[in-house]
Amino acid sequence: MSWFKRVKEGILTRTEDKKETPDGMWYKCEECKQATPTRALEENCWVCPHCEYHKQIGSYEYFQLLFDGHEWRELDRDLISGNPLNFTDTKDYVSRIKATREKTNLNDAIRVAFGEVEGEELVVACMDFKFIGGSMGSVMGEKISRAIDFSLKYSVPLLVISKSGGARMMEGALSLMQMAKISAKLNLLSQQKIPYFSLMTDPTTGGVTASFAMLGDLNFAEPNALIGFAGPRVIKETIGKDLPEGFQRAEFLLEHGFLDFIVPRGELKAKLASLIRLFEK
Amino acid sequence: MAEPLDFEKPVFELEQKLEEVRHMAEEKHLDTTDMAAKLEEQILELKKQIYGNLTRWQRVQLSRHPERPYTLDYIQNICDEFHEFHGDRNFKDDKAIVGGLGKIGQQTVMVIGQQKGRDTKSRQYRNFGMPNPEGYRKALRLMKLAEKFGKPIICFIDTPGAFPGLEAEERGQGEAIAKNLMDMAVIEVPIICIVIGEGASGGALGIGIGNRIYQLENTWYSVISPESCSSILWRSWDHKQEAAEALKLTAEDNLELGIIDGIIPEPLGGAHQDPQEVYRNVREQIRKDIKYLKTKTPDKLVAHRIAKFSAMGVFEELPHEEHHGEATSNGSHKKASED
Repeated sequence: MSWFKRVKEGILTRTEDKKETPDGMWYKCEECKQATPTRALEENCWVCPHCEYHKQIGSYEYFQLLFDGHEWRELDRDLISGNPLNFTDTKDYVSRIKATREKTNLNDAIRVAFGEVEGEELVVACMDFKFIGGSMGSVMGEKISRAIDFSLKYSVPLLVISKSGGARMMEGALSLMQMAKISAKLNLLSQQKIPYFSLMTDPTTGGVTASFAMLGDLNFAEPNALIGFAGPRVIKETIGKDLPEGFQRAEFLLEHGFLDFIVPRGELKAKLASLIRLFEK
Repeated sequence: MAEPLDFEKPVFELEQKLEEVRHMAEEKHLDTTDMAAKLEEQILELKKQIYGNLTRWQRVQLSRHPERPYTLDYIQNICDEFHEFHGDRNFKDDKAIVGGLGKIGQQTVMVIGQQKGRDTKSRQYRNFGMPNPEGYRKALRLMKLAEKFGKPIICFIDTPGAFPGLEAEERGQGEAIAKNLMDMAVIEVPIICIVIGEGASGGALGIGIGNRIYQLENTWYSVISPESCSSILWRSWDHKQEAAEALKLTAEDNLELGIIDGIIPEPLGGAHQDPQEVYRNVREQIRKDIKYLKTKTPDKLVAHRIAKFSAMGVFEELPHEEHHGEATSNGSHKKASED
């Protein structure tokens, strides 16, 4: 903790990042359709109090949920996509990125932050699904790569919170190589015996599942999160049959031996803090 | 002779004509030497014109040509001897990935690759070159065996993708590929990877972490197939040609993007036109690389592989003025990236 000094007292979150919830707003659960006051939902970690449905949230909400005093330092927020392929489908990639950045106020589909969880230092790299489906391109690869460098330099554990459709098509083979880049670099954390935790949230599929999401010293997931390599639609088309109930859900993966445990969002912070302490040198 | 691809039809027609001329010459004892020579010249010109200006989609078509050599063809023609080994020691033997020890000259090598079939029966047997998790696990087992005994590893990549099946998911397709990516990076012997046909996504990358990575001239290697890309981005299967162009998935593209180290040339018209020439080219490249990589210590090989993949990616860094706020990221990331 020697190097980490609070620069200013109080909350450091940038004004435009703040999301004040006005009183009197209601959230209708996508699962059970019951209404909950938005503030109550937020206090319940964005989990529906009626049916335990874990509403999809972004990096800001996870940082708020995890870090003590809602304080953190964001790392490498200035990285943005280039346009290595001059990719154009129905829209050109540069315009797509620009529009998405403006709409979401995010620079890419992942943010990395450093802070304390019940007094334990932790680097958290968390994806934002609303940024082109949480897709992994060069920026995500580089940000996680630098997060690993940071963890190595300061001997701080790393948590990656995945929520992604997989690799980003618009960067072609470069996106694919991000799987290799991050997986290769994770070896450096292993060599230094710095814990790497992987939390999979709904949904985690494709190239993210087939690389760092499955490579945690511990792999865990939120309840009912969809986790898989191929998406359910593709599998259904391949086998020409309906998929069994609960297929590719977190509980299914736990049962088949690919997760260490499932953790409800409300228990995540305390669980993480305990784990960090268990692994402490 | 297989059906010609659409764009090959003019060549095919001329070749048929040449065949007829020769046939006539034999039957009627006519001297058609001049005519034949002229036709041959025409054919060569046409071939140069067509194959010298292939679109990306046409290369994809060539990479899937039914007569193209597959992994076992390379093994049989490059290795002086070869012994196939089976099974992942856990669940079963995946027929979509083959592997074993062989010799190239005096050098023992571990050769691993995805294997496609040639007829309906063998295609099914090989699951169309789409591995299941046990295939990736077999591959890793064999790599670790090679590492233990200090033998270089050669991977031939040729897959339309890892199998998207129900059981594949149950047995952890994602985990199997992921583990290969991480563990291959730190294997302490030289690894050479060559895309000989299709390099589709994670299914290809799962045996693709090498010190040297090559593509044959008429292959593709990308994050997704043009067909799937078309269906996702254009919501229709009809835009595969545009998708192939957009994905920049050829050997030339990937060389330019810094993803591969070189392109292994093929004869005019594709590897199947003269497989022996391709085997020679591949064997020469492998021999050259092994000779060089064997001079490197295990530490160097591993560090090289990690550094090689860490450097991949294209991104921009915004000037710090663009956003206001407390000196949050800048100070700390500089600290982290200085060393």
